[in-house]
Amino acid sequence: MSSVVQVQSIRKAYGPLVAVDNVSFDVHEGEIFGLIGPNGAGKTTMMECIEGLTTPDAGAVSILGLDPIRDVYALQERIGVQLQEAQLQKRITVQEAVSFWTSLYRETVDGGQLLDQLGLTAKRTAWFMTLSGGQKQRLFIALALINDPEVVFLDELTTGLDPQARRAIWDLVLGIQARGKTVILTTHLMEEAERLCDRVAIVDHGRIVDIGTPSDLVRRHCPDRTVIVTTDDPMAASRFRALAHVGSVDTRDRELTIHGRDDEFVMDLIQCVADHRIRVVDFRTETPTLEDVFLKLTGHSVRD
Amino acid sequence: MFRGLWRLTWLEMKIFAREPLGLIGTVALPVVLFALLGRLARPGVGGVPRFASEDLPIFASLLMAVSAVLSLIAIVAIYRESGILKRLRATPLRPHTILTAHVLSKLAFTAVTLVLMVVIGRRYYSVPDGVPLASFMVALLFCTLSLLSIGFVVASLVRTARFAQPVGTLVFYPMLGLSGLFAPLESLPPLLRAVARVLPLTAATSLLRGVWHGEGWTAHLVDVALLLVTFVVCIAVSSRVFRWK
Repeated sequence: MSSVVQVQSIRKAYGPLVAVDNVSFDVHEGEIFGLIGPNGAGKTTMMECIEGLTTPDAGAVSILGLDPIRDVYALQERIGVQLQEAQLQKRITVQEAVSFWTSLYRETVDGGQLLDQLGLTAKRTAWFMTLSGGQKQRLFIALALINDPEVVFLDELTTGLDPQARRAIWDLVLGIQARGKTVILTTHLMEEAERLCDRVAIVDHGRIVDIGTPSDLVRRHCPDRTVIVTTDDPMAASRFRALAHVGSVDTRDRELTIHGRDDEFVMDLIQCVADHRIRVVDFRTETPTLEDVFLKLTGHSVRD
Repeated sequence: MFRGLWRLTWLEMKIFAREPLGLIGTVALPVVLFALLGRLARPGVGGVPRFASEDLPIFASLLMAVSAVLSLIAIVAIYRESGILKRLRATPLRPHTILTAHVLSKLAFTAVTLVLMVVIGRRYYSVPDGVPLASFMVALLFCTLSLLSIGFVVASLVRTARFAQPVGTLVFYPMLGLSGLFAPLESLPPLLRAVARVLPLTAATSLLRGVWHGEGWTAHLVDVALLLVTFVVCIAVSSRVFRWK
């Protein structure tokens, strides 16, 4: 797998505040890569160092074989950018914005078709200020895609959107990847990261704490699993306790809460249920999420 | 180098024209003021102050230039604060193209206003024979350009949109007061007079007055030089300290 972005030991400070502290990572071609962490963790600054909008104090960045500062104009032709909390002129129309952006690039896709795909055709003549939050974000996605970019940057794309609009945007992002683009996004929503990202970097206080696929991170940092079984079998609890990967079993009426580690634990339980023909009414696993991984690695919740 | 300049200039002009007070403030107000004052002040009638009779075109023109500058300061501050400048930078647009488009848009509105003033003002205020209107227009655009560069320095140093316009007013109105338009420079105390002489608005007043009265550009090379130096210094300063976000 070839990497389209290489970040090596970059650092960026604003006065006494170190926004990015010795950060390195690679982004592979065709993947959705997420920088995840709370607001103010340095995600946006990291992204801007790759986009050529911010010059790092130290370290090196290479994207599509270009230096984002030296080759910034050549780079802009090949990337698409959606910025957090960016605005357009209040009274620019959707159509005007798209035509203007089309005029800025050497090669572009059809703007009308793009608006159609993003469900903005009915809003062509509307002023930017009259659009809803979701419509604005879809317009920004359209502008980010107008030059058929190889790498697309999405910064806190769904912040402030209602769950329905958020889901619609998620589908759009998966659609971008399906067209062979590489996507780099930031989010403080762990659910969003789990749904979209092939790999994530956990960012806290300007540093990258760990990088991996969401399931890999969960497996490595939160191996504890919980299975909740509802059964009338009086022997069930003692049979489960005898299993190798089981730590403890709590019983409350018919409901057994079984704690264990690793994926083998769940497989052992299922095997045990089958072997002893335990009549199970309900069987559900509680898997840790990226949220738990974040808490484990940083000692605080992503919402703090 | 300037790809997208004309499209952006045209776009910014259209967007500005859609602002509720945009055209009223920069185009309609100076024209109406000019017509009203022209109607009140008949040249040659005793008791009318000099500025309201002979200097009226210069007064109206400078007011127009200053309002263009104040509006530029406000626009740049708002564009920066709301992230529009940053979004435009994340394109192949060059930074100076974005700023030049705003300057061109302001100059275009200034030119439109001046033409309207000449056309409408004629009814109330007869332009004396021999006033080189074309040359006056060039002089006004030149002065406006120099003042706009000061506007960029203000817009670079003042970070929030809330303070941009008041600070701009604080910079420009005292300069207007000292420009020699309201009181002759000779009547000022020596220290104030010395300050007034090097102010760009004083040079602009002197140049516009001179061109209006047919003295020609060569008689005002010092004014031209001062405005030019102001422009070069301000552009150099603002290109170093300008903030995009």
